[in-house]
Amino acid sequence: MIPSIPQPKFYKGLYSSYIALFFVYLSAPLIVVGVFAFNDSLFPSMPWEGGTLAWFFGNEDPYVGIFNDTKLLESVGVSAFVAFWVTILSVTVGTCNAFLFERSKFPGKNLLYIISLSPLVIPGVILGISILVFSNAIANGIEDSIGWDLEFLRPGLFLVIIGQFAFITTITTLVISARLRKFDVSLEEAALNLGATRRAALWTITIPFLKPALIGAGIVAFLMSFENFNTTLMLVGSDAPLTIAMFDRLKQGSTPVLNALSLLLMVVSGGLALLSVFVQRDTKN
Amino acid sequence: MSKTASITGGSAFRFGLLLLAMPLLLWLFLLVILPHMDLFLVSMRERISYGKYEFSLINYIEFFAEPLYWNTYVRTAVMSIFATILTLVIGFPVSYYIAKVMRGKGKNALFLMCLIPFWVSELVRTFGWMILLRESGVISNFLQWAGIADGPVEMLYNDAAIMVGLVYTSMLFMVVPLVSVLDSLDDSLIEAGYDLGGNAFTVTRDIVIPHAMPGIASGCIVVFMLTLGNYLTPNLLGGKDSLWFTEQIYTQFITRFNWESGSAFGFLLLILSSAIVWIGLKLSKQTLSETVG
Repeated sequence: MIPSIPQPKFYKGLYSSYIALFFVYLSAPLIVVGVFAFNDSLFPSMPWEGGTLAWFFGNEDPYVGIFNDTKLLESVGVSAFVAFWVTILSVTVGTCNAFLFERSKFPGKNLLYIISLSPLVIPGVILGISILVFSNAIANGIEDSIGWDLEFLRPGLFLVIIGQFAFITTITTLVISARLRKFDVSLEEAALNLGATRRAALWTITIPFLKPALIGAGIVAFLMSFENFNTTLMLVGSDAPLTIAMFDRLKQGSTPVLNALSLLLMVVSGGLALLSVFVQRDTKN
Repeated sequence: MSKTASITGGSAFRFGLLLLAMPLLLWLFLLVILPHMDLFLVSMRERISYGKYEFSLINYIEFFAEPLYWNTYVRTAVMSIFATILTLVIGFPVSYYIAKVMRGKGKNALFLMCLIPFWVSELVRTFGWMILLRESGVISNFLQWAGIADGPVEMLYNDAAIMVGLVYTSMLFMVVPLVSVLDSLDDSLIEAGYDLGGNAFTVTRDIVIPHAMPGIASGCIVVFMLTLGNYLTPNLLGGKDSLWFTEQIYTQFITRFNWESGSAFGFLLLILSSAIVWIGLKLSKQTLSETVG
């Protein structure tokens, strides 16, 4: 059970092979996605037809590689645009929330805290439809009363950003709060005693201390936005972010260009994940 | 409070607090509270003619009158509970191994290996399972090569495939809380259990599992909730017969443009999800802040 307690070799072996099997299960889907990006066949399936880089660089129909697939590339751009705004908004609001919850006392704080956690337990599809219904009601109300058609309140990128922001802010709030909780307020007080203004104390002492959490929260927010599907599905208009575009292709059956794209996504998000782990790890020392 | 107040002081402090609270209030009211109240109101009305609505319970009555709807509802709930249990049973030994058997660098590396797949989009992971399980896929070919199967085997588009995908997608949310709670279990307690004549089974039952209960609860709650609200995995791995409740919501909203009935469905799913989360918290004597915070 633990190394200090002797166990029969047989059980130890059995346990280790279970763990090995688990990691095969964990890695198998990712490995096949990556490997089939190099298969010289029109479908991402067996048999193996020999290696090719056409699904990355190809430019002859039907061998259109990811770098020449304008539709998919456009959707990557759309996703990056959405993720950029979601990151900015959710980290900003998350920082405000962290200061509010960690540094101040006011009536109803606990209730507000519980409500601000609730987006985590609301299924993404429902969050999506509730924002869809509400923004549509506002848009209709404005159109009926003063005759303005507010296009941005109809399904489209603005609503996608708002919808993702609604639940990602909970996560950034939690990450930044956790770091702020560890901050020694006497450092800030020392700065104030030494003649710093409140603003200077905040920018030279507190914010640099929070930086790892801000970066970590930003990376998490960006990735969660980039990969979000459920909420986006209900709010999307004519510009499809990547997950929606890939989903449509998958349903139709696609060439291995999707594998090539997935492989690139894996490399980028794996790299960002490691980066965020290391940024956050430094904070522990 | 006194510290913060002393820095700014008096009415300026009140104003500053309000300013700091503005983003939070806007976020919660405009994007969480009001939309869900509106969702509820829309679910309680019936469309009489263009732009005219009346209060009615017809959407909920329709749900209970049509067997397809509530069958899908119950099926989604049961499958989600099953997926949660399966995730726990598969993930627990792995978490224990990482937390208690491994030591030093290897432990961190193994834990990181557990996490990395989940930074990859769920879509990519599901795509991977499609390549593995489909008729012309890797496993089917392997079985033919090994002589176990005579012809191509279709493993996609059934409940087992959905289950494999759901468990896979949920694993992270089970392993992380379990590893952290098992990490805090003192080895000497396990040793004491053995010294007192316990064996692997009794020590696990009487020491390890009771200690891990908070982690088990939070893992199960998060996994259940995510599974219930999943759309991608049942849809892609289960095909046309996946009958997941989120697909019904999507159909009502996007395909049939029946927002009233879609809102009712959404609200019913929200009630189911909240109820199970609440029961889970009560049973394990936890609060929401402890579980997700």
